[in-house]
Amino acid sequence: MIALGPALDRYVPLLGNEVEELRALARPLTGAEVLMVNSTAVGGGVAELLSRVVPLMQELNLRAEWEVFAGGKEFFEVTKAFHNALHGGAFHGGPAAFEVFRSCSERNLARLQLDREFVVIHDPQPVASIDGRRAESGHWVWRCHIDLSNPNPEVWEFLQPWVVRYDAAIFSSPSFARQLPCPQYLFYPSIDPLADKNRTLEPSFVRSVLERHGVDPGRKLLVQISRFDRLKDPVGVVRAYKIVRRYFDCQLVLAGGTADDDPEGAEVLEETREAAAGDPDIHLLQLPSDSPLEINALQTAATIVIQKSLREGFGLTVAEALWKKKPVVASAAGGIPTQVVHKHTGLLAHSVEGTAYQIRYLLAHPELAARLGAQGHEHVREGFLITCNVKRYLSLFLHLRGRR
Amino acid sequence: MKTAETPFGFVAASYLTRINNQQASSLDELRAGLDQASDASIFYHTFQSLGRHHFLVESFSNDFAQWVMAALNRPILAEWLGGLDVRDYVSLEDLRGDLRRLAAEYCDAHPAEAGVTAFEPFYFCESVEVAVPLGWEAHTLEEFRGSLAHLSHSSFYYHFIASRLRLQLRTNDFSQWLSGSLGADDLARRVNRIDIYTNTLDSAREEIVSLIDREAQRQ
Repeated sequence: MIALGPALDRYVPLLGNEVEELRALARPLTGAEVLMVNSTAVGGGVAELLSRVVPLMQELNLRAEWEVFAGGKEFFEVTKAFHNALHGGAFHGGPAAFEVFRSCSERNLARLQLDREFVVIHDPQPVASIDGRRAESGHWVWRCHIDLSNPNPEVWEFLQPWVVRYDAAIFSSPSFARQLPCPQYLFYPSIDPLADKNRTLEPSFVRSVLERHGVDPGRKLLVQISRFDRLKDPVGVVRAYKIVRRYFDCQLVLAGGTADDDPEGAEVLEETREAAAGDPDIHLLQLPSDSPLEINALQTAATIVIQKSLREGFGLTVAEALWKKKPVVASAAGGIPTQVVHKHTGLLAHSVEGTAYQIRYLLAHPELAARLGAQGHEHVREGFLITCNVKRYLSLFLHLRGRR
Repeated sequence: MKTAETPFGFVAASYLTRINNQQASSLDELRAGLDQASDASIFYHTFQSLGRHHFLVESFSNDFAQWVMAALNRPILAEWLGGLDVRDYVSLEDLRGDLRRLAAEYCDAHPAEAGVTAFEPFYFCESVEVAVPLGWEAHTLEEFRGSLAHLSHSSFYYHFIASRLRLQLRTNDFSQWLSGSLGADDLARRVNRIDIYTNTLDSAREEIVSLIDREAQRQ
């Protein structure tokens, strides 16, 4: 599969000699065969990531390829159930589900040519690919993008025999990892600074987006970007905003995906509307799922970006905001504290009242807000850009090659 | 302009983070963890932490101090731990010993706080260094200055901070070359005195460039 993405030279104005260093790290790996395997070609964070990482590796003269594990509706229903169970939920699939997983894996093994120097298998769906490894051949890495800290034991016990056969595992946060016999590495999820969601926008475009949604570009603006989900606590954000409003004139935008096909989302949206109680300065926006420029514009226009999640995966919307040099007030949930180093790259809070207080403090101290935003931008530049991700892969490949 | 006996070879460096199967949820557990952690882990949470947060100059020195403050709200111990200067150490064992001593002194003085559960655990990680030649060499002070000005953060960190420990010396790659290969002892000393805690990596680099410019004028 050929993936198209931005050329490395386009990152030079943003990253300077970091790009030269990437080329130097890649030089000893010239011609190395790399295979990335996941379960979807489009849609979802992993496919988006691979569509950018693979071309960059190719440009660095690695023979990088990307294969997609083929599975029908039945297989994906099973792996969706696995996904929920690995996050700690119940599992009702039983032996039949395990059999669907096994037989689909076998069909893919018969179809895929997996023999490469470096094979990176993404997430649980294609984890059984390691059955196709020739004895002692190549370096096999399992890249787990999900939180495995509290998995359903039945599903984990089913998958674990495959996981432990890999040479290395990669997790997005130390708190997502499990005790495994193979070395585990930390790779942060990343954003692409050249993507529509993150590139610099014309002020006139930003203004037009605000005006289209009835937001006053001349007044302070608090923004949270996330779907209408109880775990993102949109009602808590409204309550925090109402406290802030006693002290500062400001507006609030809560922007997320449409709730048409998500009954719970529609319910949460309604609860949030009730909490807003007709306040004309609270804007609840339902954006189509693919609205990167609108999301970018709202983040760019924000005075402060909020991410008041009660539970969170990694929370890359935080990195997006920090890259735009925005001061962020966020909950200490999931991967957020990794991005928001309290008082250095943003402010953390643990309650509605705490969120409101931190917002008030930043509105009262714009010089501090600007400094946190600038430091946050540097923090993202050092750790959460797509080029950092490529650099980590190159480093891991060099390290694995050196170990054998 | 003097030509060095041995050219300075710049490297491209990268640091992988390895997650260890070890964590601490209280000061008691941190104290025990400091005993059990690998040298690479002590390095990661002290030296490497400086590199990861190179753009911060205020009150950030190492991961242990940051965690004690942010996850346990214990400012006194955070200040004690943050007060350690990695430049004072030529061995990780000594650094580990002082970290452990401070944690133990605090726990002994405040036994009721030692078992308090933190907001979030401290996860012990360690650093895996990967370095390859960058292909840049400097034979003179002028060439050195030219390359230094364009070095990435991680390569600058590798030569200026991580090198202290790698070489088991109270110096860094730059000062060692300036003194050993160029005979610029005074410049080497001045470079080594730059405060890595109150500078960012960028401002430290600017200071080195400015010291080199003054040295060139003097010559």
